[in-house]
Amino acid sequence: MTSSPSSSSLDGLYQQVILDHARERHGRGLREAPAGAGAEGESRQYNPLCGDEVTLRVALEQDAVRDVSWTGEGCSISQAATSVLHDLVVGQPVDRARQLVGTYREMVRSRGQVEPDESVLGDAVAFAGVGRHANRVKCAMLGWTAFEDALLRAEGSSRD
Amino acid sequence: MTTTAAQASQAPTVTALGEAEVASLRADFPILGRRVADGAPLAYLDSAATSQRPRGVLDAERAFAERSYGAVHRGAHTLAEESTDAYEGAREAVAAFVGMPANGLVWTRNATEALNVLAFALSDPDAGPLALGPGDEVVVTELEHHANLVPWQRACARTGATLRWIPLTYQGRLDLDALDDVVTDRTKVLAVAHASNVLGTVNPVAELAERARSVGALTVVDACQSVPHLPVDVAALGVDAAVFSGHKMLGPTGVGALVARPALLEALPPVVTGGSMVETVTMTEATFRPPPQRFEAGTPPVAQAVALHAAVNYLRSLGMERVAAREHELTVRLLEGVASVPGVRILGPADAVDRIGAVSFVVDDVHPHDVGQVLDASGIAVRVGHHCAQPVHRRYGVTASTRASVYVYTTTAEIDAFVEALRGVRAYFGRA
Repeated sequence: MTSSPSSSSLDGLYQQVILDHARERHGRGLREAPAGAGAEGESRQYNPLCGDEVTLRVALEQDAVRDVSWTGEGCSISQAATSVLHDLVVGQPVDRARQLVGTYREMVRSRGQVEPDESVLGDAVAFAGVGRHANRVKCAMLGWTAFEDALLRAEGSSRD
Repeated sequence: MTTTAAQASQAPTVTALGEAEVASLRADFPILGRRVADGAPLAYLDSAATSQRPRGVLDAERAFAERSYGAVHRGAHTLAEESTDAYEGAREAVAAFVGMPANGLVWTRNATEALNVLAFALSDPDAGPLALGPGDEVVVTELEHHANLVPWQRACARTGATLRWIPLTYQGRLDLDALDDVVTDRTKVLAVAHASNVLGTVNPVAELAERARSVGALTVVDACQSVPHLPVDVAALGVDAAVFSGHKMLGPTGVGALVARPALLEALPPVVTGGSMVETVTMTEATFRPPPQRFEAGTPPVAQAVALHAAVNYLRSLGMERVAAREHELTVRLLEGVASVPGVRILGPADAVDRIGAVSFVVDDVHPHDVGQVLDASGIAVRVGHHCAQPVHRRYGVTASTRASVYVYTTTAEIDAFVEALRGVRAYFGRA
């Protein structure tokens, strides 16, 4: 009989929200910018430790994130983190999106010390447990780092 | 086909190390008694990455440091003398363990360094007729660890030689039909793993070496995954050089070995230079000591060599034939167990013939890091990632895998617990 392993440390890492997002993967599939969108930026991030990668595209409209789309291979943490990122930043002003990345990074790098604010981070608070697994922090950051980089590239291109 | 050590170990004259013996020798390994995540007992199935050390090995290093430690090969005091004796005694014992004379063993930091020593020495024009150059070819295989691939890529880049490789079959064995096409009169070096750290395949090294010899090429064997698990006689294999690491064979980190025909070492120029490896030094030039000292510049890992001597004694007391026979039984159980789990695909030969107990596999729709994390919650330690062998993963269409590997202290109960936990992985991620 197949039984699912059950463990508090495991469930602390793999919150249900993460398992769900890892399956649903919002924003997956690189898209052309929607009609009416402005600057675009794309970034590919690679984790040499495991070979995981993500390519993420951002489309801006005035000073807001109009669309995020992405593709790549990775573990459930990296896939879910990128999916949650999509839900959190699309429609947000660029400044606010960038702030979110900073807050998120602080949380996952805090080794579980920072108590996350759900009113700010929404579903992303599920990744607080990742901080206690030092070798998974890079997984949780992969898509978010790609977003940060793609944002810079989009802004750079709009100034050209 | 050539008879390999793995096949020889299945001969009925050898009695495998028994389950009761394994249960009792586990008491020699303090770490095996610890509990990990959520209080689960540790099931250590990552010995192909690095092995655990018995108390005798830990004690040997400490006893040496507490009583005899001093600089080797210099000084006239008691400690220097005792240290030199211990260091050279270790050289003799470790060399003999793989069928080589003491003057055919060069201490290195690890196997990676040993392969780099060869690759650098062979790309130095001072290697004379052995030196690589344009028009020469270096042959590796598609299953190599990066340590037996990248140094040769660099050697080719430095010298203008060309890198070629023996491809793999779908079943995870070398495609020997390609051997005569790839290893030709242009081949100068054939560098091949004795056993694959990903696929577990034991390669027919004696047969490969024979082909290399017939075209005048050197054979270099990465024996990291064979020396700890199989009886290996480097001289009998007919190869020119082999390398292995102490930490994969019950020994400490920081010590490894390059073993080679003494005549080959004699013909090679030094790679790392400095103290301890010279004869006469003036302000403008130096002459070098004979091998093995020629390749051992600087203060060597003396205490680590002493500890590796203890590790070799431990393995000898178990008997490598019996170790190999035991691990063969474990490999059969591991392969059957993994193959019985739905949605799991094994990389490498599905049968235990000419195969060591390192079993890598892919779980459908679940990333190896997630597999490893779930197993860890049950106390099971496996390796995840590309295991420093990206090309072999690419060959089978994946970027990474999960690997379970056995050693002398592995129990059948640990394998069963691992298989049971693996059975629950896909369900945990909602994939079953």
